[in-house]
Amino acid sequence: MEKNISFKLKIWRQRGPKEKGEFKLYEMKDIPTDTSFLEMLDILNEQLINKGEEPVVFDHDCREGICGMCSLYINGHPHGPATGATTCQLYMRRFKDGETITVEPWRSAGFPVIRDLMVDRRAYDKIMQAGGYVSINTGGVPDANAIPISKEKADLAMDAASCIGCGACVAACKNGSAMLFVSAKVSQLALLPQGKVEAARRAKAMLAKMDELGFGNCTNTRACEAECPKCISISNIARLNREFIAAKLSD
Amino acid sequence: MATIDSKIPEGPLAEKWSNYKAHQKLVNPANKRKLDIIVVGSGLAGASAAATLGDLGFKVKCFCIQDSPRRAHSIAAQGGINAAKNYQNDGDSVYRLFYDTIKGGDYRSREANVYRLAEVSNNIIDQCVAQGVPFAREYGGTLANRSFGGAQVSRTFYARGQTGQQLLLGAYSALSYQVKQGNVELFTRCEMLDLVMIKDADGKERARGIIYRDLVTGEIKRCSAHAVVIGTGGYGNTYFLSTNAMASNGSAAMQCYRKGAWFANPAFAQIHPTCIPVHGDKQSKLTLMSESLRNDGRIWVPKKLEDAKKLQAGTLNPNDIPDEDRDFYLERRYPAFGNLVPRDVASRAAKERCDKGYGVNNTGLAVFLDFKYAIQRLGKQAVADKYGNLFDMYEEITDVNPYENPMMIFPAIHYTMGGIWVDYELQTSIPGLFAIGECNFSDHGANRLGASALMQGLADGYFVLPYTIQNYLSDQIQVPRFSTDLPEFEAAEKAVKEKIAKIMSINGKRSVDSIHKELGHIMWEYVGMGRTEQSLKTALEKLDKVEKTFWSDLRVPGDAQTLNVELEKALRLLDFIEIGKLMAYDGLNREESCGGHFREEHQTPEGEALRHDDQFSYVACWNYQGEGKAPELLKEPLNYEYIKVQTRNYKN
Repeated sequence: MEKNISFKLKIWRQRGPKEKGEFKLYEMKDIPTDTSFLEMLDILNEQLINKGEEPVVFDHDCREGICGMCSLYINGHPHGPATGATTCQLYMRRFKDGETITVEPWRSAGFPVIRDLMVDRRAYDKIMQAGGYVSINTGGVPDANAIPISKEKADLAMDAASCIGCGACVAACKNGSAMLFVSAKVSQLALLPQGKVEAARRAKAMLAKMDELGFGNCTNTRACEAECPKCISISNIARLNREFIAAKLSD
Repeated sequence: MATIDSKIPEGPLAEKWSNYKAHQKLVNPANKRKLDIIVVGSGLAGASAAATLGDLGFKVKCFCIQDSPRRAHSIAAQGGINAAKNYQNDGDSVYRLFYDTIKGGDYRSREANVYRLAEVSNNIIDQCVAQGVPFAREYGGTLANRSFGGAQVSRTFYARGQTGQQLLLGAYSALSYQVKQGNVELFTRCEMLDLVMIKDADGKERARGIIYRDLVTGEIKRCSAHAVVIGTGGYGNTYFLSTNAMASNGSAAMQCYRKGAWFANPAFAQIHPTCIPVHGDKQSKLTLMSESLRNDGRIWVPKKLEDAKKLQAGTLNPNDIPDEDRDFYLERRYPAFGNLVPRDVASRAAKERCDKGYGVNNTGLAVFLDFKYAIQRLGKQAVADKYGNLFDMYEEITDVNPYENPMMIFPAIHYTMGGIWVDYELQTSIPGLFAIGECNFSDHGANRLGASALMQGLADGYFVLPYTIQNYLSDQIQVPRFSTDLPEFEAAEKAVKEKIAKIMSINGKRSVDSIHKELGHIMWEYVGMGRTEQSLKTALEKLDKVEKTFWSDLRVPGDAQTLNVELEKALRLLDFIEIGKLMAYDGLNREESCGGHFREEHQTPEGEALRHDDQFSYVACWNYQGEGKAPELLKEPLNYEYIKVQTRNYKN
């Protein structure tokens, strides 16, 4: 069960968006394998603070894999080596004694570095504001059971809606594309009668905003799907493309 | 002593809210555009309020500490949201939801507020479905429901084990729509550091703005408005280890408290029975396993002490203990509700077994939650369909497969029922300051039922505050927008900057986390699941020492005029220390046991909570008296006109 491992951390340190960054090496000794990856970084930061140095800055919050705040590119993978899990759900038992673990921020034009491992993901909010909603106000809506929705459709919509907006898909993509993120929201709403009404407008507006903010396009390499901590399928991208083409054809 | 007017409307219980809405004052559309509202927090309460106030036409400024409103901790709620739809035809009604909530809260909440909550619960489900929230459905296309603790009907709507996420994303989408419409402005990575009050010509002080810190640049900034709403969640992280997110904090509430907003029932904290047990001293948080698991999982410990000893030593496999040697203690003690008793009851029962030595892991602080029986009854696939993601999460954390071995769980701090006092209109004791969601005290009494936090957050934000705030703002339409150059803003900003400078100049040797852990240990040990007069007094002494340690030995590296995570944490820790004291004061005063507050001196011979309604049927409101001084206690009596107050009974 529990044992301790020692390893080296190679961590990207960068003061600000315009400043030059570099890797720094830190020795970690006797870390219990049932420590989570972020708790391991807490231990490192505690050590740095005790030496009077500035701790490594990284985003994190819920630490149970749902808020989408944590990021980290670990050993070449967004959210590290585990599949279907975020960085905060990663435990040190995944790593070997004596290895060097490389930790970088998301690297993408759409997500500038704020400091160290923390990046600015406000672009995602802007894409959502372009059309990631059903345009209704509070009140004046029909009874929840008024429109029956088949279980299959509801389940597919739920699969798409599981996206946590962490940005791993962009970090994994060689084109820095946000297509998986956009397609998840477009799919969720296009699959449901409530969202169908403005599906065409939504697909066009969200894609236009994605392009405008400097994200690349999709070339079907499927890295996003492989690295997504919520296993969002690229069939959502197919659905987005279908919605988009249908919208353009009817223009 | 101030008199407490909770502004409960006249009329029979079921008509109070309708009467209120029919007679309240409104603001016309042209005037709404001239009125600014600050909403601090973007969780279910904050986001739904900001979106709804925006769509009504007010100019809203919404603040959150995360990089996006979608990350607020409401997102982590797993199980579901209650509503009195009675879609299952199993006998539910608005009255029954109201009754269950009052009873679940151990008769320490206001009848009129809770009835309104039950009333608007149905609107919430309609609203969320219209937004495209993908709730679970039956094959026929209608909405599915499940059961939760403290109820004998199935009234909980859910979206897999991610209901909070889906509801928050629904509110976030509504908020995004209003940002697009130009009605809401977002301030992300910005943290409120003080409330600003301005005196009217008639001498009345009102909430008119906030001082906040831009967490990226470190700049201290000002923002003014006609009214301020806080929806900043609970203070569970006072205990360091809790199910809350790392950045969840009680600071906005404490800033308001220090400006004169009463803090109500701070001792009422909920300890959730089904969390993954503590594994080591480096642990940063506790992970909740959804209450929905208690629908199909059976909770047990061994009947024989020698079996428990072997489990603790790791020499016995729990699967080798035959059924007749298992003590399903909830089913034994509470036959009517079984494994679905409310959280406070289930937590205390687990503590009772572990205190007697029946704990099942190496620390002796865990009980089993077993799915063997559900898998036998329903099949592995059906169990996986219902709880698959929770099982995966459990296995990732513990390295144990819950399909083959029973889960281990233990109670942990989860939610705080106490909070800023509000009247029926959700207005605090400061005019123009409103509190919504978990950060107010209003609806859950001494214990919250499962799936009711989401209900309350969204009720406040979508359907209550957007009405009641207009009753306040209707006489503010002549008031022009405020300049942030007013001396009140100047003074508040100066005080904030001085406090930060003082923290930065301590230059001690201890990290924020190390002091926070010390605070957490004291809180869990002395203000935890079982409290005594002696333990609470000890807590107060020890908390004074922690405060001294903070001011003499804290080390915050770096600079305050830029991004500085340690400084953010230090400011929050200071407020947690003060909240800890408030909890201890309140716990000492309340010499009875009710809901989540268990005073060991006050229990029945069977070990159940013993209330003293003749002395404590009131809301304890704490009024700040200045730094280093004990707060003043004000009492709002609770009158039950429609419900017969009785001893909570989940046995038969």
